[in-house]
Amino acid sequence: MTRHVLTGGLIAGLIAGLFAVLLQLTFVVPLLLEGELYETGARVHFGTGDPKSIAGSPGIIAEDVARHAGTLAINLVSWIGFAILLMVGFALASRSGHRIDARKGTIWGMAGFVAVTLAPAMGLAPELPGTIAADLQARQIWWAATVVLTAGGLAALAFGRSPLAIFAGAVAIALPHIVGAPTLDTYLGVSPPELSAQFAARVLAVSAAIWAVLGAAAGWLWIRSPAV
Amino acid sequence: MTPQTLTTSALPQVRDAAGLTFAALLGLGLLFVASFSQAAVMHDMAHDQRHALAFPCH
Repeated sequence: MTRHVLTGGLIAGLIAGLFAVLLQLTFVVPLLLEGELYETGARVHFGTGDPKSIAGSPGIIAEDVARHAGTLAINLVSWIGFAILLMVGFALASRSGHRIDARKGTIWGMAGFVAVTLAPAMGLAPELPGTIAADLQARQIWWAATVVLTAGGLAALAFGRSPLAIFAGAVAIALPHIVGAPTLDTYLGVSPPELSAQFAARVLAVSAAIWAVLGAAAGWLWIRSPAV
Repeated sequence: MTPQTLTTSALPQVRDAAGLTFAALLGLGLLFVASFSQAAVMHDMAHDQRHALAFPCH
């Protein structure tokens, strides 16, 4: 079973990672590079009191290939990591008699999106470069706690059989947002709000698509396991 | 059931549990390196991907 979790995770992670790079380089990185123009001061929004600034990304071609190769490598590492954890979840669910296939896998993938991207984004919105935010370590702790609590809470809602389990799951999901993410008491953003908003929306939409592909691929591979 | 058969029948489950724990730690380790490590070389390489996945970056 372990070998299947690892090989299946490797293959599903490679598929999701390649899909992630394709979507990110097409839809997200161009906005990120545009944000860097404001971060470095190459473009200034409201600098002269004029509310207008030029719209448009320098494009990914203007960047060194090594930078995008780094994005590719790190995406593969991340998505293989997520895929292995998803496969561990499949293994545990299968042991308790739950059947996994490509459709169920897609639902697992969407739950992964909610736990890893959507719930943390509620407190820590996706950041365009140039965004000044609270202390990194505090944000990392809140982010990790939110991911763990949301994933655990969703599992309790999905598999819990008692009202207490459902209640505990709902509390776990709500708790990080009641406590609140670390934030600053001032706004320091240098980029146009339209650009930041579009960046945040695209990060969420692109992540949802990647998680759906990861879940479907992982579920499809899972039922083809000789061990299941 | 003798203690002997109990041990034998429990072995695959113990092996599975150990294997799944190893797999989970491996998955978490990969994510830590890709998402949280602040070593300069990792941060620079992972910069765009961390922003693109809404991980806290810097």
